[in-house]
Amino acid sequence: MIGRAWKWLRRNAIVIYGVIAVLYLLLPLFLIAVFSFNDPSGKFNYTWEGFTLDHWKNAFGIPDLTDAFITSLQLAALSTVVATLLGTLLAMGLVRYEFFGRKTANFLIVIPMATPEVVIGAALLSMFLIYGIKLGFTTLFIAHVMFSISFVVVVVRSRLIGFDRRLEEAARDLGANAFETFRLVTLPLLMPGIVGAALLSFALSIDDFVISQFNAGDTVTFPLWIYGAAQRGIPVEVYVIATMLFIATAAAMVFTVWQQRRAEKMAWILPEEEVDARLEARPGPPAPGVLGG
Amino acid sequence: MSTVRRRLVPYFLMGPGLVWLILFFVVPLYFMGRLALESGTLATGFEFTWEFANFTDSFDRFDEQFVRSFVYAGVATVIALLIAYPLAYAIAFRGGRWKNALLLAVVAPFFTTYLIRTIAWTTILSDDSVIVDVLKAVGLLGDEGRLLATPTAVIAGLVYNFLPFMVLPIYSSLERIDVRLIEAAKDLYASARVAFWKVTLPLSMPGVVAGTLLTFIPAAGDYVNAFFLGSINQSMIGNRIQSLYLMELDYPTAAALSFILMAAILAVVVVYIRFAGAEALMGDEGEQRA
Repeated sequence: MIGRAWKWLRRNAIVIYGVIAVLYLLLPLFLIAVFSFNDPSGKFNYTWEGFTLDHWKNAFGIPDLTDAFITSLQLAALSTVVATLLGTLLAMGLVRYEFFGRKTANFLIVIPMATPEVVIGAALLSMFLIYGIKLGFTTLFIAHVMFSISFVVVVVRSRLIGFDRRLEEAARDLGANAFETFRLVTLPLLMPGIVGAALLSFALSIDDFVISQFNAGDTVTFPLWIYGAAQRGIPVEVYVIATMLFIATAAAMVFTVWQQRRAEKMAWILPEEEVDARLEARPGPPAPGVLGG
Repeated sequence: MSTVRRRLVPYFLMGPGLVWLILFFVVPLYFMGRLALESGTLATGFEFTWEFANFTDSFDRFDEQFVRSFVYAGVATVIALLIAYPLAYAIAFRGGRWKNALLLAVVAPFFTTYLIRTIAWTTILSDDSVIVDVLKAVGLLGDEGRLLATPTAVIAGLVYNFLPFMVLPIYSSLERIDVRLIEAAKDLYASARVAFWKVTLPLSMPGVVAGTLLTFIPAAGDYVNAFFLGSINQSMIGNRIQSLYLMELDYPTAAALSFILMAAILAVVVVYIRFAGAEALMGDEGEQRA
């Protein structure tokens, strides 16, 4: 009996470990969600003092916190659109064409991801200082697009590499011109990758603290507001908004993964069962943020 | 005509993005270098004077923070590797139909704000927390001992915050391994252990190299963890750069420090890649064209 239990334990030790490690990764998230229902008497939301829904009902009750959050949303939306567009075009050029300067272009895209944020922020600030450019929303926008582009390229590129170009040839054979082929075949198949990249870019932007702190001037984003509030004590509303943000991002993420699988099925000229078999055998989705892809 | 046009297509596609990166990443680095060579004070104004002494002076002033940053980042990277490898292995080989859910859980921390995650750790490690009580009960921590404002807390924060960057690349290189190679090793009478050391681990090295770099680089420049989880005695070079730029407004010193940080990280990375002998950082060109 004990021998068998021991054997089972040895065989599954790695799985048990994996579960514990995942729980460790999720622990702070769980804590944030729980503390969004806390009812602290003082300014500090550090110890559990009782359950209340008040802060959820009144999540946007602190005007400057709400303003900061709205600024963050606007900034993330705007920089996501631009970074996704520029990054997708970059990925297309990089994967589909042979050209002079390819290695340099590759290097230029990878190197910002391998540079500490503090250096990126400091360098941009140095330039803005020397030119006497006023810091604010515009400089934040410039910075956010800059650090998002590389990540967009990595995600879209990994999707382009797995692209079955016979589908485009088929469209051309059937009489579609180059533009129609792009609009009706290439773009729809690429869409999950582009949406995934946009999502990543949005998450990076709304979460960014270090680069933003250097280039914000008087503009206050959500993370910058939290930093400012940390000394005085962070209100429960911050935990509520963070939890909302978590739920929204997680839902969007699950949706994209699901869409990706659907699009992968569409992209194969194979009977349904065979596609399923191949999907099962295939490596999982490419990891975001992996250098070089 | 049309071949010329075709040849120009990639440049049109990539132009806007590359220009953005050059204008707002490469050019700013040049200006940071210029700023680092200026002299003067905030009151009198700064002037460009090829002040190379800024580099040596600022390093001498903050060598302690430099050493601390690299030690903390190094220790955090090793711990993260030890935690991440078995986790990535479990997901890749034993994940089964839970694979995608587990991967989602690994990146889940990125769905909440970095600052709040770190602040959550101040609650978890605070003086009257369960963890501190347990450590005191087992005797690992003295009666007056605490976790917050210690190197342990800062390193723990670094490990936690950058762990997904370690797990994901290792996972994707483990996932790519042809399982038949491992089976072949076992058919040739390798024990599970030998098969792991001789086949699985070497094949997953690109992921390990990428993961350690992706953890070490941001950790060495980080100042958020030291700010929230440490005290002034744990302040890292990032903290100094931040306060020199934004509070003390001593731009030349701040720029010089940033430059030294970048150069030092680059040096560590180059030596490390030489040593590890992998091209993991740039990705494989051949594979890309496939």
